Amino acid sequence: MIRVQRKDFDVGAELKSLTNGNHQIGGLTSFVGLVRDIAGGQSVSAMTLEHYPGMTEKQLSAIEEEANRRWPLDASLIIHRHGRLEPGDQIVLVACASAHREAAFEACHFLIDWLKTKAPFWKLEGTPDGDNWVDSKSSDDDAAARWAKG
Amino acid sequence: MKLLYFAWVRTKTGTGEETVSPPDSVCDVADLIEWLKLRGSGAADAFSDPSLIRVAVNQDYVELDHPVIAGDEIAFFPPVTGG
Repeated sequence: MIRVQRKDFDVGAELKSLTNGNHQIGGLTSFVGLVRDIAGGQSVSAMTLEHYPGMTEKQLSAIEEEANRRWPLDASLIIHRHGRLEPGDQIVLVACASAHREAAFEACHFLIDWLKTKAPFWKLEGTPDGDNWVDSKSSDDDAAARWAKG
Repeated sequence: MKLLYFAWVRTKTGTGEETVSPPDSVCDVADLIEWLKLRGSGAADAFSDPSLIRVAVNQDYVELDHPVIAGDEIAFFPPVTGG
């Protein structure tokens, strides 16, 4: 399941709902991305996330389908926020449930790595020197490349 | 065709969305970028280094040699930074 929304999410409630009633699930992993108050040595007072409505949902669905092809998941969830956020705010939740922990851990790691290089979101950071569009990181490309099928 | 611009590509072109009818000589994404650069200083600035631009046609990532036709939705944006 994927959701793109402005509003915050309750991690506990989302995880409970994801596994609710399915007693085949033996492992549930999650990753939560948060807004930091510093970037590249500069303080960050706010972050605004822009996205491409339509393509965002299409890409997130494709990424989730790929995770389900690669690992035996009983449930998966991606929630990504957009709009104006402040330090400490939650940006993204990725969660994967499976019978055993290996699949849940690996699929969750895969989802966040792939999402960072494929989902059309852009971060605008508010700093004392003005607003800056965040540059993509080659380390994110490397992290995603690790999951390429050889 | 409908063009969409995001992040700093949007701020440089000065618009988030426009509808254009390029000449028949515009056959692929690279042609379209060259044609757009001639239309205004904002676009010329935004597309001054095409290696910094990512392109989606009808919401799928494509390369510069991907064909473009009337009715396409074509988006230009910097490398993504979500998550």
